[in-house]
Amino acid sequence: MMAEILSVSFLAGLLAATLRMATPIVLAMLGEIITERAGVLNLGIEGTMLFGAMTGFLVTMSTGSAWLGVLAAAGVGMLLALLMAFLVVFLGLSQHVSGLGITLFATGLSMFVYRLHFGSPTVPPTVTPMTKVAIPLLSRIPIIGPGLFNQYVLTYAAMILIPAVWVLMYRTRIGLTVRTVGENPMAADTVGGNVNLVRTLALVAGGALMGIGGSFLTLAHQNMFLRDVIGGRGWVAVAMVIFGNWNPGRGTIGALMFGLLDGLQLRLQGWGLPIPFDVFLMVPYVLTIFALVSVSRRAAAPAALLKPYRREVRG
Amino acid sequence: MRTVLVKRGPIPSWSRAVTPLGAIAVTLLLSAVPILIAGAPLFRSYGALFYGALGTRFNVLETLVKSSPLILTGLAVAFAFRAKFWNIGAEGQLLAGAIVATWIGVTFGSLPRFVMLPLVMVGGFFAGGLWAVIPAVLKTRLNVDDVVSTLLLNFVMIHIMGALLFGVLQKEGAGWPISEEIFDSAKYPFLLARSRFHLGIPLAFLLVFAVWFVNERTVFGYRSLAVGTNLHAARFAGIPTTRVIVMTAVISGGLAGLAGVGEVAAIQFHLLADISPGYGYTGIVIAMLGALHPLGVLLASLFFSVINVGAQTMSRMTGVPSYISGVIEGLSLIVMLVALLLNEYRLKVVAS
Repeated sequence: MMAEILSVSFLAGLLAATLRMATPIVLAMLGEIITERAGVLNLGIEGTMLFGAMTGFLVTMSTGSAWLGVLAAAGVGMLLALLMAFLVVFLGLSQHVSGLGITLFATGLSMFVYRLHFGSPTVPPTVTPMTKVAIPLLSRIPIIGPGLFNQYVLTYAAMILIPAVWVLMYRTRIGLTVRTVGENPMAADTVGGNVNLVRTLALVAGGALMGIGGSFLTLAHQNMFLRDVIGGRGWVAVAMVIFGNWNPGRGTIGALMFGLLDGLQLRLQGWGLPIPFDVFLMVPYVLTIFALVSVSRRAAAPAALLKPYRREVRG
Repeated sequence: MRTVLVKRGPIPSWSRAVTPLGAIAVTLLLSAVPILIAGAPLFRSYGALFYGALGTRFNVLETLVKSSPLILTGLAVAFAFRAKFWNIGAEGQLLAGAIVATWIGVTFGSLPRFVMLPLVMVGGFFAGGLWAVIPAVLKTRLNVDDVVSTLLLNFVMIHIMGALLFGVLQKEGAGWPISEEIFDSAKYPFLLARSRFHLGIPLAFLLVFAVWFVNERTVFGYRSLAVGTNLHAARFAGIPTTRVIVMTAVISGGLAGLAGVGEVAAIQFHLLADISPGYGYTGIVIAMLGALHPLGVLLASLFFSVINVGAQTMSRMTGVPSYISGVIEGLSLIVMLVALLLNEYRLKVVAS
């Protein structure tokens, strides 16, 4: 078994799987970070990903273009985020409840639209999945090459977005405004920032990323839409935001760990170990809980998270 | 120009009663859009929905049967949320209850019914309760966010169940995940002829009253509310807050566990991978719709059950996918949230 683990093709395959399985989580997590940094917890994430996955699949099927599918997934993610913004930013309703409400609504709607369009076929319909793109030269490096540099474009995009979001949040004026709105909305208001507009835009940007993250699962990772295609990855992304202390870089470490375990259990499954498969599937969730315990003491959520902002107005 | 929310004066009591009815009306109006898009005649569709849920004696009883797990998970979530223990984990706690009920039900066949039945219920209750203690302790001792930990523990329990159903609990010779059938002595008795109306339904109604009693008439219920209203003030007032939260978790998880017991002991008689179609998650919505009040939970559960059962009939009669029930339920929560807000506030346009 040791020889198998250390074989070049195994390692390269595992590395590739790690990045691939981490991609939807990274995209959704970045979306959630932007949103939470502005002071809004979006628990609509799981439903938004599912709706993105379904929409992406449907549009790709009807147009033949996976990129139109990704675009549509981003679009519906933004629409659901606008609904969320109406509820929690404009009306100031509970973020927990509104988010869960949107997940429920979007889940129901995804299944409804899918069933309406396809009926209940015995074999689920499929699309031509996206193809992997090998980066010239780099992909020829042993192990690392096929592992890291022969991926889907969306995976490269996710990996590039990690530092990009970090720079946006910590090195630009836009990021400063977003973070101020999440930490001290009154201060942001005082200096002329429009708190509710910033929160709405952050939600919309985050929603687009969540939708795209969902579409990766139906257009690249698999090429069909199944009811449990998201399988809790949205919730995992929320956990990774906390694990990463609302920082894209640190959260990515968690997402990659999740990807690694996901990729590993797929491979171990093939070896026919005498342990039920579910034990492996459980491991990432248990480890995530342990990881949360380890970071909980220094967890520093944005100060205004969960708090709607209203100027005092009389009668 | 912008709009602001301005608090209204005292809310008349008739308004509180009318609000949910108005919200249901608006929800059914909005749900007309997907039904019409599906190409179904609207009135015939809604007619089929209500006939399917309430049209005959059997249909009414079936709606009650389907409401009992919702009542229990709704109570579970409402009881936890009242103490601001954000238990999103009723699904996992339900499965824990179902697993232990199954284990007892297939193992202790020699026990007489009057021992077996209580054993199955108590076992399922504490299985769910103890599973909920984990996030409660993580929250109180280690400051781990309860929303996330309860959510993740759902997935852990799903896979524990999967491992057991492919392992020690798997029916002999079965190639798929299903347990042996539980002994008859572990099954809930059926109470009305020609229906599936079983012991779990009056039990659920009884627990609605019990939770109301604990909330309104006991010291523990008061302390639990105090912890939820202001943790620091409660601690300052000498309430053992950690103990209260853990106890709240046990009761909350236990109620969800009982929902799992009911599914095994009265509906399926086996443990199956899809024993719960997300009752635990629906319970969250029901708790919120019911404004965390036991009576509200009961009414919301009955409403959801009407939609769930009726959607099946509507699907058969008019071809609208039965998943419309999820759309209606999600919409009802969103509409209800807005309605409750507009009950307390009005929108006002001001010059900014």
